[in-house]
Amino acid sequence: MPALPLDEAGKYVAAAYLVFLALILIYVAIMAVKLGRIEKELVELNELADRAEESK
Amino acid sequence: MYGKGMRPLAIGTFFVLTGAFALVFFWVPADADQGFIQKIFYLHVPMAIVALGGFIAGGVMAICHLRTGNSKWDLRSYVSIHMALVLAVGALITGSIWARAAWGHWWVWDEPTLVSFLIVFLLYATYQPLRFAIEDPEKQARYASVFAITAGAFVPLNFLAVRMAESLAHPRVLGATGGAMPSEMRITFYVSLIGMALLFITLWKYEMASKHTTAQLRILRRRLLGDDGVAPTGRSAAPSTVLPARPKP
Repeated sequence: MPALPLDEAGKYVAAAYLVFLALILIYVAIMAVKLGRIEKELVELNELADRAEESK
Repeated sequence: MYGKGMRPLAIGTFFVLTGAFALVFFWVPADADQGFIQKIFYLHVPMAIVALGGFIAGGVMAICHLRTGNSKWDLRSYVSIHMALVLAVGALITGSIWARAAWGHWWVWDEPTLVSFLIVFLLYATYQPLRFAIEDPEKQARYASVFAITAGAFVPLNFLAVRMAESLAHPRVLGATGGAMPSEMRITFYVSLIGMALLFITLWKYEMASKHTTAQLRILRRRLLGDDGVAPTGRSAAPSTVLPARPKP
């Protein structure tokens, strides 16, 4: 097949690089959710540790 | 501690990948034969190579797991295969986009490179269901390691078999014929490859740090609340995060 003109080829190239960007963003979003969960649990454990110290 | 050295690694990855993409769009000339769509090559090929490398690395880590019996190697192997699968999905999608632009078809079934990569991908896609199917964590880790080693050995064999196959429509990047790229293309390709490898290592470390932190939190929760305070993890495809037995008082 002959090389596609720039205006048509550009769409495909942009799509490929956007797929890469989307994969990274999805991964970052998933990790952000995990980080949120870890933070929530840490806060909870900190409160528990405070209460345990107070009751001593 | 998997978070150690994350900052320089992440910054390095960002600069190398950004530099690679800058070279792709502002420095390297368009391919005389394919034109502008050849720019996909600097993304698709490194992703495919690093994905295959990740599968092999998973196999090597699985060997370490079986040799030492240390569950941290199983976790490392699991994360490596997990990250490689993500990159393999990217390689398949970007490859399909390139094929549509270059060949007029999203997929060509009689092309050994495409089909063999799909076979490797589907093989590894069974890794997580395999793990999930085994309830006992010890058995799960052992069987998953055997799978990772066998499948990891299959990757280079598959690669060689495809190289030896004839009537290839898929371009060869690193080889006797396709390797004769102009120096600008070669430099850009290798920078992209290094960037992708760095991205893989960064994400691998990131994921490991996340899993390690979660395990540490479980240990802390048990120290504060006792064994009853820690909810059972339930059945999972992910390796059971290392939770050492609580010492008897």
